[in-house]
Amino acid sequence: MTFQSIDSWWWPFLFILVGGWLATDTWRFLGVYFGGRISDESDALVLVRCVATALVASVIGNLVVFPSGELANTSLILRLVAMASGFAAFLGLGRHVVLGIAVAIGVLEVGIFLGF
Amino acid sequence: MSETSDDRAGSSRRSLYWFLRGIATAFSVPGLILSSAFIGFGGLAKESGISLLQAVFMVGTVWALPANVVLIGNIVAGASLPAAAFAVALSSVRLMPMVVALVPEMRTAKTRSWVLYLLSHCVAVTSWVLAMERFKRVPQDMRTVFYGGLGWTLVVVNMGVVAVVYAVADELPPAVAAALFLITPIYFLLSLWGSARERASHVAMVVGIALGPLLHLVVPGFDLLIAGLVGGGIAYLFHRKQQARATA
Repeated sequence: MTFQSIDSWWWPFLFILVGGWLATDTWRFLGVYFGGRISDESDALVLVRCVATALVASVIGNLVVFPSGELANTSLILRLVAMASGFAAFLGLGRHVVLGIAVAIGVLEVGIFLGF
Repeated sequence: MSETSDDRAGSSRRSLYWFLRGIATAFSVPGLILSSAFIGFGGLAKESGISLLQAVFMVGTVWALPANVVLIGNIVAGASLPAAAFAVALSSVRLMPMVVALVPEMRTAKTRSWVLYLLSHCVAVTSWVLAMERFKRVPQDMRTVFYGGLGWTLVVVNMGVVAVVYAVADELPPAVAAALFLITPIYFLLSLWGSARERASHVAMVVGIALGPLLHLVVPGFDLLIAGLVGGGIAYLFHRKQQARATA
């Protein structure tokens, strides 16, 4: 039952619906359901928020350490330095998201140009 | 014209105004950053042998970018449907608390629940951060209308972005393609850090970002879940300790 296993036009779409849509919107719909029932100040919500944040953070870590596409052809050190520079610029220069992204991309491009 | 129909015309004009304001908000800087991240995603999808229609369908139905990346990763790895669904579900648990936090901000006594379910589909990092930030300036009874304009515009625009990428992706120079793939993680890192409600969220981020790749080597497939539970648990303990100190 892989994406490629059934040779018909509808199978990939069913795969995306069950493996993608159902697997994400179930959480969103549960969120609407619980949204009316959990107090925004409750400690349980802090725990849920912490777990959610750590989950997204681990996605970020994996995107940098095990990248896909063209980024996979750059060195790990370069990617880490680019991310750290962007983050440092964000924290040090007034928390501007765009500035942080520009610095990270700039460092990456210089690194690629210099052959890192 | 009676007073009530005057009121009705006024309130639908007001709704239209806030709906358009929501649409305009989708074309802000965070919206542009998200679109460039979707350019990178379009390149990845094309490279992975996904068809144009399938990729656009994926963006419309799954929406959240990390979930889409995880889904493509599983498709390429030849994972079975249950395994792929499980991995995507694990990477998307965070959507639930995000929606839980958003719903009380935009609900009024008159809001129908199907409206909230329909709007919840648009919840992903960008629209969520934008909404939490802009809601202060939107009247409470207009927030669902505003978020509908914002969220659904982002979804539809980026379905179009991915379609356009399929038409031109072969012409992307490698240095540009690499930069587009770095935009997602750096943007998520900065916007998540900036939108954190409590200090404990920062602890969760630091632990999660380090644990994710480490666990990926040790327990591939369960890396995100374990990193989330361990990182979130440590951050929560930090939060409790901080509160105990504050009340002591």
